[in-house]
Amino acid sequence: MVEVAFFAGAIGALASAIAVVVLKNPFFSVLALILHLVSMAGLFLLLHAEFVAAAQVVVYAGAVMVLYVFVTAYVGNVDEPLADHIRGQRPLAILFAAALFIEISVAILGTGLKALGQEGPVVDPGFGTPEAIGELFLDRFLLVFELASILLLVAAVGAILLAGRRDKRSDRAAGQGPAAATADDPSVANAGGDR
Amino acid sequence: MAIEWYLVLSALLFATGVAGVLIRRSPLVILLCLELMLNASTLALIAFSRMHGTEDGHIYAIVVMVVAACEVVVGLGLIVAMYKRRIPIDVDEARRLEG
Repeated sequence: MVEVAFFAGAIGALASAIAVVVLKNPFFSVLALILHLVSMAGLFLLLHAEFVAAAQVVVYAGAVMVLYVFVTAYVGNVDEPLADHIRGQRPLAILFAAALFIEISVAILGTGLKALGQEGPVVDPGFGTPEAIGELFLDRFLLVFELASILLLVAAVGAILLAGRRDKRSDRAAGQGPAAATADDPSVANAGGDR
Repeated sequence: MAIEWYLVLSALLFATGVAGVLIRRSPLVILLCLELMLNASTLALIAFSRMHGTEDGHIYAIVVMVVAACEVVVGLGLIVAMYKRRIPIDVDEARRLEG
């Protein structure tokens, strides 16, 4: 039963990851990534990480992907040029990625980790629940928690500065500049505020 | 399922993300491929957490998620700024840094 669930999740995650890379239309890539994130949440559940799986679906596949969909719709579908700047970039990239996969696999399987080949120790029912995670965050990892919140604040302010600034040059260059700027402001501000 | 299945799957997903970053030219899709790589690392962290039977890996995974959210917000802000200034949305065209 666990094997079936694992292979279903793994095949779903891998197929949608390849779809993200291969699909021409960025909008479809975003939709494939949502499928990928949901499959990964299923794998997290198999590893007894209930809270992380829930956060993955709600925060990642929900909020972050909505931001992606908004920006993709705003920028529009950009056709990618077919010609490469570097000759043979695509075959080289695939070759490099395959070499990286083999290297990481050898590194993982070649380590002397005793737990390889096992399912891991038996855990108590409270493993990975919000209570356990919250206690760790407010006890042993308090500094990490505070640093993460500062990072989120900086990112939100940075995004508003980057995308929400009225640019005098582009306002003069085209009549629709101010309209585009005001249309964009709320979505970016909300994106920062959500987190 | 044994732990190494999860680790090898995470390596495979990470390599897929690397291939995407190297192949694609649109910054939007490159950001999506970065998400793939970050998620692969999250899977490895949670697999190690299961291996040790402690929740520390979950904390790392959540922090990786926070970093990914920040990266998305800043990256998409950059893309919107590029679009507003009518710079072509293509990483090979954006070679000059200017304030």
